[in-house]
Amino acid sequence: MTPALALQDVHKSFGPIEVLHGIDFALRPGEVHALIGENGAGKSTIMKILGGFLTSTSGQVLLDGQPAPYRSGAEAEAAGVVVIHQEFNLAPDLTVAQNVFLGREPGRFLLDHRAMRRETQALLDQLDCRVSPDARIRDLAVSDRQMVEIAKALGRKARVLIMDEPSAVLTHREVEVLFRQIDRLRASGVALLYTSHRLDEVRHLADRITVLRDGAVVRQALRGELTEDGMATAMVGRDLKDIFPPRRDSFGPVVLEVQGFSVPPVVQDVSFTLRRGEVLGISGLVGSGRTELAEGLVGLRTHRGSLRREGQAITLHSTADAAAHGLAYLTEDRKELGLLLDKSLRENLTLSTLGRFGRLMISRPAEETALTRAIEDFDIRAPRRDMAVGNLSGGNQQKLLLAKTMLPDPQIVIIDEPTRGIDIGTKSQIYHFIDRLARDGLSVIVISSDMPEILGLSDRVLVMRQGRVAGELQGDAITETAVVRLVMGTTEEATADA
Amino acid sequence: MRNLSLSTLGPLAALILLVVLGAFLNANFLSAGNITNVLARSAFIGMIAVGMTFVITSGGLDLSVGSMAAFIAGMMILAMNAMLPTLGIGVPLVLAGMAVALGVGLLAGLANGLLITRAGIEPFIVTLGTMGIFRSLVTWIADGGTLSLDFEARQFYRPVYYGGIFGITWPILVFAVVAVLGELAMRRTRFGRYCEAIGSNDRVARYSAVKVERVQLMTYVALGVLVGLATILYVPRLGSASGSTGLLWELEAIAAVIIGGTALKGGYGRVWGTVVGVLILSLIDNILNLADLVSPYLNGAIQGVIIVLAVVLQRGKSSAEGR
Repeated sequence: MTPALALQDVHKSFGPIEVLHGIDFALRPGEVHALIGENGAGKSTIMKILGGFLTSTSGQVLLDGQPAPYRSGAEAEAAGVVVIHQEFNLAPDLTVAQNVFLGREPGRFLLDHRAMRRETQALLDQLDCRVSPDARIRDLAVSDRQMVEIAKALGRKARVLIMDEPSAVLTHREVEVLFRQIDRLRASGVALLYTSHRLDEVRHLADRITVLRDGAVVRQALRGELTEDGMATAMVGRDLKDIFPPRRDSFGPVVLEVQGFSVPPVVQDVSFTLRRGEVLGISGLVGSGRTELAEGLVGLRTHRGSLRREGQAITLHSTADAAAHGLAYLTEDRKELGLLLDKSLRENLTLSTLGRFGRLMISRPAEETALTRAIEDFDIRAPRRDMAVGNLSGGNQQKLLLAKTMLPDPQIVIIDEPTRGIDIGTKSQIYHFIDRLARDGLSVIVISSDMPEILGLSDRVLVMRQGRVAGELQGDAITETAVVRLVMGTTEEATADA
Repeated sequence: MRNLSLSTLGPLAALILLVVLGAFLNANFLSAGNITNVLARSAFIGMIAVGMTFVITSGGLDLSVGSMAAFIAGMMILAMNAMLPTLGIGVPLVLAGMAVALGVGLLAGLANGLLITRAGIEPFIVTLGTMGIFRSLVTWIADGGTLSLDFEARQFYRPVYYGGIFGITWPILVFAVVAVLGELAMRRTRFGRYCEAIGSNDRVARYSAVKVERVQLMTYVALGVLVGLATILYVPRLGSASGSTGLLWELEAIAAVIIGGTALKGGYGRVWGTVVGVLILSLIDNILNLADLVSPYLNGAIQGVIIVLAVVLQRGKSSAEGR
């Protein structure tokens, strides 16, 4: 069978640096092809070339066996090759129907609203998605936006669908819905390219797997030929035995006592304690109030309830108050809330602690010294120190954000989604950083949607559901089944031991 | 060594080009008299534009500065005329007038800033409103005419515009000091860094424990005080204020900031650039008046072309960086 879309000996250089070294790669109709690799392995470049956003330096893109006729993303879409980007390409103030038909609105002079709504509804029905065509994108959940993106792609008669980490922003349940849609698309003969850092998804979903490393294909395999370990080893190029650090076993006294803590309107009456040297995992669905709880704890949101820090009652009205009590928070949204993407590493690193770098005038040398230390301590790999942070890879951004969060020397640090959208090698590094912090006597709260992460890192797990604590698990009781039960609320009385 | 790019060097190159062009077209262009004239005229807009740089860098905008200048001038003249019988002609009267000007400027900036940060109204809307209010108030107080400073007081006050030391007049000196302090504040202090951070992404700034509202408020207050300072130096020039004092100053100040390479959407501020921008705008005016090449009536058109060109060049630079 002729591949729907293929790359033939594709090389790509940016300036003098070649980033793709002769890629051969084919997407076949009715097949899900997973492309995996560490950040910087060349996945995005390949997707951009397939989608018409970049042209290759040498080699060919073949559409149905013929040289692809498109030179831009728009032309590629017209030819049936649609890319769903990680950052959705939807106009937030327009309705679902308006987005689905954006750029190819029916009607001659006046818009044919009725036809747009009707056809959008048909597309959504086909996807089993219960969103109204008249809903505004702004008001939709992330998973629904993804469905709209897929509907938009289907509306454009996509024959090849390229999905860049579609599951990164979805919860467990939403991912399942996504998988059903992917199965359906596969059955209808669409050729799919799928990228993800979650290897269990890849194993489950992909008919064919291509592993990239340093701009070259290092392994191609069919369904069932590669285990998750095998994929990770191929990606990293070495064995990854110890993704997670060994468990810690001795903890100090209670450093934080949270009682009857509410962050209206989401979080209700949460109580827990945190010990010195402990990693407390917080699990739960997106929307269960995990992030709101964390933001309340560091004074970013108004809250009620009592907080005791080493036995002393404290009140927090701002992040500055929280910092004064040794609390720090690393946001889940590093691009919108964590880092200034158009600023340099130095400016980002010191932003929340500028007061330490000189009284009236900021001392540039002191800042540079701090950056040098951060780069060493957290193994931040930046081609140039004065480059914009937005041009760093996700993993290095996350390490910088971690360095920034740790700069005020907090005793308690809350890390929200420590490894979202990060490759497995860097993930493991971050896990070991977290372990080092705990062993150095800090207390760490890790909020995560990634189940292996919660299981592998936590000394204790707090599960949240609908703004309340659904249960607490400790030691050997921390199992995937137990956590999932609490998350979903299936047998709450039986497992809740808090 | 850092960022020696088009947006830094472009305006400077344009300025040098204009100076060369001016010298070529008219022998008087480089005379001390003409240079003093150009710089003194730049000083008022210049001080305001330095303040405006901070407002724009932190993601704000102030359309009210021209009207504010008129309002402050009116208040200052009224206050000085009122205090004349008690204080008499002399230094105390001038100092009192200056204090009134700075105080009114501070309050006007505070009003803008509080409406923007506390009431959460868009800067464009707030200052569009206060722009109308300030100008209308002056016109109303002057009853549609002109508010004039007492003749003898004016004679005493005149040297503040026309006098100076070492042959450099006061407006130029004060502008130079404001520019240097402004550059230091933007480059080397927390305030400047916070302005850039807020303009770049105010949510990141808030999550980084930056007191976003307070910094934004400070930018408007500082701008108000600088408008007061500019007015102090402007009033002795004519000794009067009317509904048309400071007309379109806000646009000239904003234009200077933009020509200088500061991003209108915020996040990137250049005080030196602003100074260069102000000088470019005054030089164009000056050259058109000195040379018969193009009608001075086309001044606005040429300035307009330069503004658009400056923004186009900035954009060319940012897309070249691949972001």
